[in-house]
Amino acid sequence: MDLNYTPEQIAFRHEVRAWLDANVPVTPLQSFDTAEGFAQHRQWEQTLAQGNWGMVTWPKEYGGRGCNLIEWLIFEEEYYRAQAPLRVNQNGIFLLGPTLMEYGTPEQKARFLTRMASGDEMWAQGWSEPGAGSDMAAIRSKAIRDGDEYVINGQKVWSTRAVFADWVFCIFRTDADSERHHGLSFVLVPLDAPGITVRPIPQLNGLPGFAEIFFDDVRVPVANRLGEEGQGWNIAMATAGFERGLMLRSPARFQETAKRLVALYRAHANDILDLSVEDAVVKSFMDAEAYALSTYQTASRLMKGGKIGSEASVNKIFWSELDQHMHETAMRILASNAELLPDAKTETDTGHWMDGFLFAQSGPIYAGTNEIQRNIIAERLLGMPRK
Amino acid sequence: MDFTFSDDQRVFCDNVKQFLHSEVTPERLRSGWDSASGRDDTLWQQMVDLGLPAMLVPEAFGGLGMNELDFVLLAQECGRVALAEPLVETALVATPLLACQAERDTRCASLLEKIATGERRVAVGHAVNPTVSDAHVADYLLLPNGNEFHLVERERVKLIPMQSVDPSRRLFKVEWRPEEETRLVNGAPGVAALAATLNRGALGAAAQLIGLAEAMVEMTVQYTTDRTQFGRAIGSNQALKHHMANCAVKTEFAKPALYRAAYTVSQRPVHADFAVSHAKVAAGEAALLAAKNCIQSHGAMGYTWECNLHIWMKRAWALDKFWGHSGFHKNRLHQWLMNPNAKIGADKTFGEQG
Repeated sequence: MDLNYTPEQIAFRHEVRAWLDANVPVTPLQSFDTAEGFAQHRQWEQTLAQGNWGMVTWPKEYGGRGCNLIEWLIFEEEYYRAQAPLRVNQNGIFLLGPTLMEYGTPEQKARFLTRMASGDEMWAQGWSEPGAGSDMAAIRSKAIRDGDEYVINGQKVWSTRAVFADWVFCIFRTDADSERHHGLSFVLVPLDAPGITVRPIPQLNGLPGFAEIFFDDVRVPVANRLGEEGQGWNIAMATAGFERGLMLRSPARFQETAKRLVALYRAHANDILDLSVEDAVVKSFMDAEAYALSTYQTASRLMKGGKIGSEASVNKIFWSELDQHMHETAMRILASNAELLPDAKTETDTGHWMDGFLFAQSGPIYAGTNEIQRNIIAERLLGMPRK
Repeated sequence: MDFTFSDDQRVFCDNVKQFLHSEVTPERLRSGWDSASGRDDTLWQQMVDLGLPAMLVPEAFGGLGMNELDFVLLAQECGRVALAEPLVETALVATPLLACQAERDTRCASLLEKIATGERRVAVGHAVNPTVSDAHVADYLLLPNGNEFHLVERERVKLIPMQSVDPSRRLFKVEWRPEEETRLVNGAPGVAALAATLNRGALGAAAQLIGLAEAMVEMTVQYTTDRTQFGRAIGSNQALKHHMANCAVKTEFAKPALYRAAYTVSQRPVHADFAVSHAKVAAGEAALLAAKNCIQSHGAMGYTWECNLHIWMKRAWALDKFWGHSGFHKNRLHQWLMNPNAKIGADKTFGEQG
């Protein structure tokens, strides 16, 4: 164990910090769930790509930087410290990207990874259906083979960013007679294909962060299938592992929130009446630190050849409930002003805490609800009986 | 940057773990409750033969010359078996304190050598603890007096037994008079020794709390797998699964805090307060939640003297409050967070906090 950064790691941090200082937009971008904001964020992805900071952990051959996990953590720490824009293509970068690297053909990798890395193609995820939420094996949308094409019919829902994205990665039933997790395949679909209808669904903040996608005889080449026909479930589980695992929610995000929370607390220290706030602030800070420590521990282990398994579920519960707790604490500190939105003319950044508070409500739900994660922990990590 | 234990550290821990699991059984713990001293001299000598009480004693004084980080996994295992013998307090708290004074105080040097051979034993007091544990089997006591530590022969103090809810714990109020000749350290070095002792004590308690929490969850998973109601294992019910999963989440995120604390105590002791308090609070919460959810999952059986669960629960309830209760440690964290000069930020996780 050596909890010191090497001179190279310190130099890397300085390099990241200098680039971000020079390139992060001075004026915050609009929400990526608006058309203008999405365009601004797409442009930011391209700026990142030009500096070769878009996909730091990806291999250089796919437009990445070939960084190891400790360097990735350092990059993320600097990224949130600089308050750089959120990653509009996170579904592509953190979920589909690693899946493509593991299961894609050389042609698929060359075609999709490079354009993801360059910031030219933005991705949405199309897994859930009206009848298939936590129970994803209940998927009914079909992609039926017709020569060199699949003909897709059905409906996806809760597709984040799909209103403005270019592509969606989906799970479809390629064997019409199959049931449950058999007969599913992982298919990449351009969102401008004829027969696709995208219906925006406004989220809690009123912006169309979700979409419902209707497929009506949509044709895509068989070459857009990732992995073997019928292997979709296993690939999706690998993707879900990436989602819950290390990459999607780096600790720096929560440490930055904890730091802002401490500042908010100090600023209001003299007018807080709620007796539980002091404890909640200490807990917030400790837990954000604990999440960082745990991630450094996992990163160190993975770099020595270890694997990540059911502990991904432990992580997902922890960061989502930490985020919720921190924002609840901020709401308690802001007290009567908490309900004010960012547009309200306040002297503090009250409204931005409300933005975060709203988003924090989704954490325990997406990427597999925390109830499902608790079942996974109990059954797979602790060995409790399934039935 | 490498946040993993070495192969040597893991192998050493595994060996001790096997030893503890074969020697320290619930039956042996229970038999200690009825004996006068509550302590098992045979077991202590076995641990001495393995070099355990003197792990942190410098090699020059007959020890293994290891540090707090080398010991922390072992302390976790001591908790896992609910070891009654004061191995953690001796190896992690008493001997490092003596070792700090050994260069200029021959009493400490000779005592360390005798601790290594098993001829002598030492107990430690501190202002955060109202009692001294295992003072009755110690030949010497390390006792605080203001900014001083004194090394006092047990014959020269009066021990008043205080009964703990945990029948394995043996606690004493100590009546004694500080003398010039018993004083070991004072002034600034005395303050430093008191602070370092507190951190080592809290680190040891935190490590044991993690082991206790994991052991309680393990025995409860077993119980809820074996016990059937309505024709199926009660552990197949989601409510019980979530009880156990919540314990696992708490424990998994207390562990890295514990390991950072052990590293910081061994490598950057003057910056260890924050890391130690974090570890102690997190480990205490993990152990208390495990106790609560495990007794609930055991049903009426968990509320009996016969069921072994209470051996672990009571130790958890006790150690959560020993070497600084949660209020003490949360206040240290709070004071630090309120300090305008506190270095806060993601790039400071391993830096000079506290």
